[in-house]
Amino acid sequence: MTDAIARETIHIDDIDPEFVDALIAAGADRIRACLQCGTCSSVCPSGRRTAFRTRELIRKALLGLKGEVLSSPDLWLCTTCFTCLERCPREIKTTDAIILMRNMAVREGFMLPQHRKTSMKLIATGHAVPINDANMTKREELGLDRVPPTVHSHPDALEQVQEIMRRTGFTALIEGQGEED
Amino acid sequence: MTVSQTYSFFLGCVMPNRFPNVEKSIREVLPRLGIHLEELEGASCCPAPGVIRSFDEPTWLALASRNLALAEKAGHDIITGCNGCYGTFKEALHIVHEHPEKLRDVQKVFKGLGLRYRAEADAKHLIEVVYDLGPDAIREKVVRPLDGLEVAVHYGCHLLKPSVLRPWKKSARPTFLDELVEATGAHSVKYKDKFQCCGAGGGVRGSNVPVSVDIAQEKIDNVLEAGADCVLNVCSFCHLQFEMSQAQLNKELGEERYRLPVVYYTQLLGLAMGLGPKELGLHKHVVSTEPVLRKVLG
Ligand code: SF4
Ligand code: SF4
Repeated sequence: MTDAIARETIHIDDIDPEFVDALIAAGADRIRACLQCGTCSSVCPSGRRTAFRTRELIRKALLGLKGEVLSSPDLWLCTTCFTCLERCPREIKTTDAIILMRNMAVREGFMLPQHRKTSMKLIATGHAVPINDANMTKREELGLDRVPPTVHSHPDALEQVQEIMRRTGFTALIEGQGEED
Repeated sequence: MTVSQTYSFFLGCVMPNRFPNVEKSIREVLPRLGIHLEELEGASCCPAPGVIRSFDEPTWLALASRNLALAEKAGHDIITGCNGCYGTFKEALHIVHEHPEKLRDVQKVFKGLGLRYRAEADAKHLIEVVYDLGPDAIREKVVRPLDGLEVAVHYGCHLLKPSVLRPWKKSARPTFLDELVEATGAHSVKYKDKFQCCGAGGGVRGSNVPVSVDIAQEKIDNVLEAGADCVLNVCSFCHLQFEMSQAQLNKELGEERYRLPVVYYTQLLGLAMGLGPKELGLHKHVVSTEPVLRKVLG
C-alpha cells in the first residue's frame, strides 16, 4: 500500500537559493511571510477545476525550485483575478508574484506558443487583437468608421509603438522564443 | 442637471476589433448623459495586463504610459469601457507614482519620439463616471422603464481589484453597478458566486480554452439557475468571454442549450432611455438578444 505513494525528494541541485531574493527584489516583498494556510488555493477559480495550487506554487518558489516553477504550465493557469491577493492573511501580493515569475519564465525561454502568437500580433499591428475583415464590415454596418481611430488608422503611431517595443527589447525577446512546431 | 465633461475615449483591442456593437452603444449613450468622448487618435493595445504584463512588465509599462501620454497631451483623463484596460492604466499609474525611477525609465524609452509623459492624466472606467452622476440622475433619463427584466450583474475582477488601487467604497460585496442597473427599472437578481471571475483573463483564454470556458460555464449556469433574463457586464473581455463561450459550449454539446443574452451596461441603459436596439448594436450579438428585447419592447 505505502509503496503506491511515491516519496517526493527534493534534490539540492534543484534549489536556487537566489530565486526568492530575485522575486523579492522584483517586488514580491512579503512572500517569505507565507504561512501555507491555503486560503489562496481555496478561492482560486482555476484551482477549482485543475491541479493548479497557488499555495503550492508559493511554497515551491520559497524553496527555490526555480526550474520547476518557471517551466511549469501551471504558472499560466492564473486568470489574474486577484481574489487570492485580496484574501491572503499575510497580505502577500500573490497575483503580482505570479506575474513576476511569468516574466522570469519568458526570459528563460518558457513561453506558450499561443502567447508567442499574441505577442507577434502586438509587434506587427500594435494590437494584441487586431481588426479583421468581418469586423470592419460590422463596424460599417453599425455606422462606425470602418477602421477604428487607433494605431490601425495611423501608420506613424504604429511605427512609434514598434520603436518602443524594440527599445525595451520586447521584439528581440519574442523573436528569440523560436517557432514552435 | 447634466454637467458636460470631456474624456479621451480609449478603445483598446477587443471592443473596436471584435465587439464594435458595444462601442456603438457607448458612443450613443454617454454623450446623452453629458459625458463627451474625444477620439484618442493613434492609441494602441493598453497593453493587456494578463498577457503582455505577464511576458515583460517594462514593455507593458512603456506602452501603457504611451497611451496615457496621448491623453495627457489632449488634456483629458482617459475613459475606458474595458476592465482589463482599466486595470492596466490604474496599475501603470500606481507604479510610476510610487517609483519615480520607473517613470524615468519610461521617459528614457520615449527619448526623441516626441512623447512627453508626466503621469498626470488619470484613467477612469465609464461606469465610475456614470456612477459619479448618480443613480438618481440616471433614473431621470429613463423614459422606458425596464420593469420585470431580471438582470444578473457581473462586475468583473479588474474593475474591483486590487481594491487598494480602486476608487470604490471598500466592500467585499459592492452594489454600485446593481444600483445603476436598478435605476433603469430592471431588477438585479441574486446568484451564486456573483463575484467569481469570468475566466478570460491572465492569458488563460488565449492558451487554455477548456479551462477558460469551464469557468465561464460555471458562471453562466449559476445565472441561469437564478432565472435571469441576461448577464450584464461592463468589460469588453468579459463580454467576449460570455458570448463566445456559449457558442463553444453549444458546439461541443451539439445542441443550443446556452442562449443567455449578454448585455453591456450602456446597451441596457440605452434601451431604458428609449433608444432603438439597432442604435445600441443589440442586433449584432453572438447569442441573440431577442428574449430581452421581447420583454422590454413587448
Ligand atoms: S493565502 Fe497567503 S499565507 Fe496563505 S498560503 Fe496563500 S500566500 Fe501563503
Ligand atoms: S489571482 Fe490567479 S492564483 Fe489567485 S485566485 Fe485568481 S486565478 Fe487563482
